[in-house]
Amino acid sequence: MSSAVIVFPGSNCDRDLAVAIEQVTGKAPTMVWHRETELPAGTDFVAIPGGFSYGDYLRSGAMAARSPIMRAVVDAAGQGVPVLGVCNGFQVLTEAGLLPGALMRNAGLHFVCRTVGLKVENSQSIFTSAYSAGEEIAIPVAHHDGNYQADPDTLDRLEGEGRVAFRYTGEVNGSARNIAGILNDTGNVLGMMPHPERAFEAAHGNTDGRRLFEGLLEAVA
Amino acid sequence: MKARVFVTLKPGVLDPQGKAIHHALEGLGFNGIEEVRAGKLIELELADGTSDDEIADMCRKLLANTVIENFKIERMAPRETSGQAA
Repeated sequence: MSSAVIVFPGSNCDRDLAVAIEQVTGKAPTMVWHRETELPAGTDFVAIPGGFSYGDYLRSGAMAARSPIMRAVVDAAGQGVPVLGVCNGFQVLTEAGLLPGALMRNAGLHFVCRTVGLKVENSQSIFTSAYSAGEEIAIPVAHHDGNYQADPDTLDRLEGEGRVAFRYTGEVNGSARNIAGILNDTGNVLGMMPHPERAFEAAHGNTDGRRLFEGLLEAVA
Repeated sequence: MKARVFVTLKPGVLDPQGKAIHHALEGLGFNGIEEVRAGKLIELELADGTSDDEIADMCRKLLANTVIENFKIERMAPRETSGQAA
């Protein structure tokens, strides 16, 4: 499986994601700078990392979503290539219009940095096939703008179509209906605030995030 | 020419920052504040003849996230612009 990790000025989880992807797929991803206009030929998977792209100027993810490489990512997503956005990557995906809704300042205004409980709501997607529906897992979050909001019709549609991938098991940041991660309507784009690449090997304290990459590899390869 | 773009949260969208400002003002002893909403002011220096449609396009494509925000464009009169230059 050939992967690409997009790197913006201010990304800071790009190398963690690259390590996770390489360990699971056996192939180091291509690190693609935001000024590029094309993804490497034959890219099977695109990951958009966490961090503070463009210093979170204007809105988190707003500038990154308009950078040259994102046109290529939007095209690839349209062709069915799996795209994962973690944390700032989730913010970029909503700003780019690949996912509905918006991520706003945490309701408590504090930066939240801790391991949280997540309930796997949908285990049928290419990203979550290694989990069981209803399973509870623990994954770290670290964000200031993780408060997911969308209008009630959109939230109903996401829930009705099984597009809520993960839900917080308790209050974390004020997100509507405790949503932590959502899928696009074709199921090949996942945005999530928690960091699966930070719960990846024994030294991290738990490996619940590893199965996301393992399930994806199985689904794609 | 100059234009100002005001970006504000749509009514009904929770504004944690506005709430914090509200509480801080009350902490300073200001009473009778019913609500505080925080937004952004963006000033643009534009080529003469830039149309309202073009500015609105800038707002929709970047300056505002229309999922959660509204925008309002205010052109600044030339008189006012030159008066501020000093």
